[in-house]
Amino acid sequence: MSKKQIVYPYIPNSVPAVKDAMLKAVNAKSVEDFYADIPESIRFKGKLNLPEPFLSEAALTRHVEGLLSKNQSTRDVLSFLGAGCAQHYVPAVCDEVNSRSEFLTAYAGEPYEDHGRFQTLFEYESMMGELLNMDVVNVPVYDGFQATATALRMAGRITGRNIALLPATVMPDKLSKIRDYLKPDMQVELIPFDEGTGLMDMSALKNQINAQTAAVFIENPSYLGFLETQAEEIGKIAHANRAIFVVSVDPISLGVINPPVEYGGDIVCGDIQSLGIHMNYGGGHAGFIASRDEEKFVMEFPSRLFGVATTSVEGEYGFGDVAYERTSFAVREEGKEWVGTAAALWGITAGVYLALMGPQGMEELGRGIMQRLRYAVRKLNQVAGVKTRFSVTPHFKEFVVDFNGTGKTVEQINQALHERGIFGGKDLSAEFPSLGQCALYCVTEVHTQADIDTLVNAIAEVTK
Amino acid sequence: MKHETKTHGAARAVAPKPALRRFHQARWDEPIIFELSVAGQRGVLPPEPEAAIVETAGDVFDNLPASLKRKTAPELPEMSQLHVLRHYLRLSQENLGVDLNVDVGQGTCTMKYSPKVNDQLARSHKLSELHPLQPLESAQGILEVMYKLEGMLKEISGMERVTLQPGAGSAAIYANISMIRAYHEARGEGAQRNEVITTAFSHPSNGAAAKVAGYKIITLPPDADGYPDFDALKAAVSKRTAALLITNPEDTGIFNPRIEEFVRLVHSVGGLCSYDQANANGILGITRARDAGFDVCHFNLHKTFSTPHACGGPAAGACGVTKEIAPFLPTPTVEFDGAKYYLDYNRPQSIGKIRPWYGVAPNLLKAYAWIMSLGADGLREAAEIAVLNNNYLLHQVLKIRGVSAPYAQGKRRIEQVRYSWEQLASDTGVHSEEIGWRAADFGTHYWLSHHPFVVPEPMTLEPTESYSREDLDEYARILNHIAEEAYSNPEIVHTAPHNSAIHRIDQESFDDPEAWAVTWRAYKRKYKK
Repeated sequence: MSKKQIVYPYIPNSVPAVKDAMLKAVNAKSVEDFYADIPESIRFKGKLNLPEPFLSEAALTRHVEGLLSKNQSTRDVLSFLGAGCAQHYVPAVCDEVNSRSEFLTAYAGEPYEDHGRFQTLFEYESMMGELLNMDVVNVPVYDGFQATATALRMAGRITGRNIALLPATVMPDKLSKIRDYLKPDMQVELIPFDEGTGLMDMSALKNQINAQTAAVFIENPSYLGFLETQAEEIGKIAHANRAIFVVSVDPISLGVINPPVEYGGDIVCGDIQSLGIHMNYGGGHAGFIASRDEEKFVMEFPSRLFGVATTSVEGEYGFGDVAYERTSFAVREEGKEWVGTAAALWGITAGVYLALMGPQGMEELGRGIMQRLRYAVRKLNQVAGVKTRFSVTPHFKEFVVDFNGTGKTVEQINQALHERGIFGGKDLSAEFPSLGQCALYCVTEVHTQADIDTLVNAIAEVTK
Repeated sequence: MKHETKTHGAARAVAPKPALRRFHQARWDEPIIFELSVAGQRGVLPPEPEAAIVETAGDVFDNLPASLKRKTAPELPEMSQLHVLRHYLRLSQENLGVDLNVDVGQGTCTMKYSPKVNDQLARSHKLSELHPLQPLESAQGILEVMYKLEGMLKEISGMERVTLQPGAGSAAIYANISMIRAYHEARGEGAQRNEVITTAFSHPSNGAAAKVAGYKIITLPPDADGYPDFDALKAAVSKRTAALLITNPEDTGIFNPRIEEFVRLVHSVGGLCSYDQANANGILGITRARDAGFDVCHFNLHKTFSTPHACGGPAAGACGVTKEIAPFLPTPTVEFDGAKYYLDYNRPQSIGKIRPWYGVAPNLLKAYAWIMSLGADGLREAAEIAVLNNNYLLHQVLKIRGVSAPYAQGKRRIEQVRYSWEQLASDTGVHSEEIGWRAADFGTHYWLSHHPFVVPEPMTLEPTESYSREDLDEYARILNHIAEEAYSNPEIVHTAPHNSAIHRIDQESFDDPEAWAVTWRAYKRKYKK
């Protein structure tokens, strides 16, 4: 049986007559001519063992939708999962803009073809700058883990020192990334936290900081959700020791929480997933790094920094790369770390989000999250055997629920909650064994009073 | 109203439509978004907490120290929803996506068509609203996609395992070098093996990422034929060699036929070989990384496997490794026990995390869907047509005055070519960069080369399988037209672009700390006192 000739919709020149005419035009007998340089010894013989394709779009859609239907989304159930990836409301305009072909399918053009990309990313930097009260913000890196790792390396280069002090409450996954990334040049030391408040042990900080300390790092809010209320003092200690104070923030908190520069932060970093980007099973992250507009900081960024400039027409704005010579694009391994494709469209999206929210929206949203969190905390503390940890300390968005008094494990509780259509908080028992059976819960503006009440009632039921 | 045609014709005031497209980009003169702000306007309203929440919560700032309470609201723009949307849509019209142009000019970038259906599938809340920590039994669909995509990439590369965790190509390069470092450390050779060898035509991130990982970088120059210099490699390898990071074909589009000798030589001194497969688009199903002896490799899923480039990400990278390197893969791996898919964190030799969670899931779905829409025959067709398109375009471009394709004279190329306008520049004084600016006037992209420019006055074109013969002819006609202008009327090229959203940008401020402005607040501080 002769094989049916397939013309692929994504491959216009797969039309046999066209292919033949093009081969003839370049005096080739077959496509084999083009592969003449590939030695026989490494030629792949035969046909790749791949599944039979779904050639029609209709069949493909049915297949993929069939796979996706096996997933239960946070729209199908009630979720209180966070741990650095949170369910926030994504305004329709965010998705509308990032779905546009003009942005979604563009790449690395010059400002003369891709002015829109340059301006939208400059505006993203600028709106983040307003949120952070800082004059320099980068085009996004991959995620918040990368942003932190790079911020610490920047501190190492600026100070010529090689130790970074981190709070022991940092997410172990993030710590793993940071350790791997800093390994050849810098060491990471952890500062213990107070078991009652969650806050950094200040005497330990004072003991551990020394002339080798490049950076003191804190998260505000921390991985465990509490705000580091000693931030200003920690910054002073860092500065007294000529170390750089690096602060990671959740940008969605900054409508109500002070930006780190106001309490001494030198380099500020974090993840922008909260700003109008769907969770995407953990694929919705992008990282930012910000600093004051000082040459010694700016020259240590590996990322692209889009700047605004004049053009040959008065009144017109153009954009371009600031201090390009510091990048690996310009000078390869002599540049600062590396720069490459990362997460630009999420940056554009976060810009759309901030423009939609405006100052008032960010303030209302931040306050609303703190109110819901406190409501949840107060309600949960009324459940027998259940209490929230570190509750003397103010929190934003995430908080630790202690189930040690229930005689049940978080795993058992979460399984029972899932049966009731609820994704309970992240089990912390493996990451923080000293906390015993604790879970990290997250509440955002998507949660209603009824949602929280449903959770509290379900927890009361399953811990009985 | 046929009789009107004549009078209409006679009344024409505009020159007749020329052979080339009279592209003109939208020029909205769109202000910086802050200039559109009107005090009090709102774009979206956040959901208000219910009265009982507000009442129970009380003053949520009561235990917040003054240092942590924001005092003045951020000066974000205040805009109605339509005005935000309109601003961004206008800017979108001043941006050139693949979907709108013959995007063969961004060589090395593999600007292929990203099928709309895949974007649509990935927007399903059954993916977009999944939390990475939700119970595994509630995420079996996406885990199956990841597991099966790994399987397909294993087959395409010949490797034992593939991780989908890296966020993009350079992150995948870094993951590979980090695994190589762990491998040598596990054998007690970590300190001894402190050099990485790469090539002048490799992507800059190979050397740059390896340097971050602590290595000294040795760069092999091209030899007279454009191949990485084998004698230079012989001189470079030693017991200090941790790895060779190499691309094949390199950005010249020339396949290095001695690649097995390169690999054998590095292996003979105990080094590993890492294959940057950013340029895999022409060799899918033709030759595989493992078959040439490589220990690790990586693919850019946003290039070869069609997930959109998104203005520079979100992207996705995939690293393939041999059995020997597999223990060092990032955690977790996606596994299947015959009944269900799960995540394996129990990998004691792992390098740990490269990024949060498991990878850029929506792009993994898109890559999976792309492969599933083509199958083995379709992938090979994509590769073969990409190569045919490239050789066809090469044939057309070489007819143009002033351009050449250095190296490997008379040979065919794989999926791209690095050209040189050296002749044209010396004849006319018009530089490659200016040709690019002029190309913008015809609604196309154009790219020179990575730095440093080994090829003088470079231009890199990569047509992929997505473009028709007519598209390629059009691109060649544009280049021919610009070359003719360079010889007859160079001023029009020197002063380009003419039809873009903006005019020639003043570059001086970008390298001057006193003058640069990375944010609007910095601009206002420096210029609007």
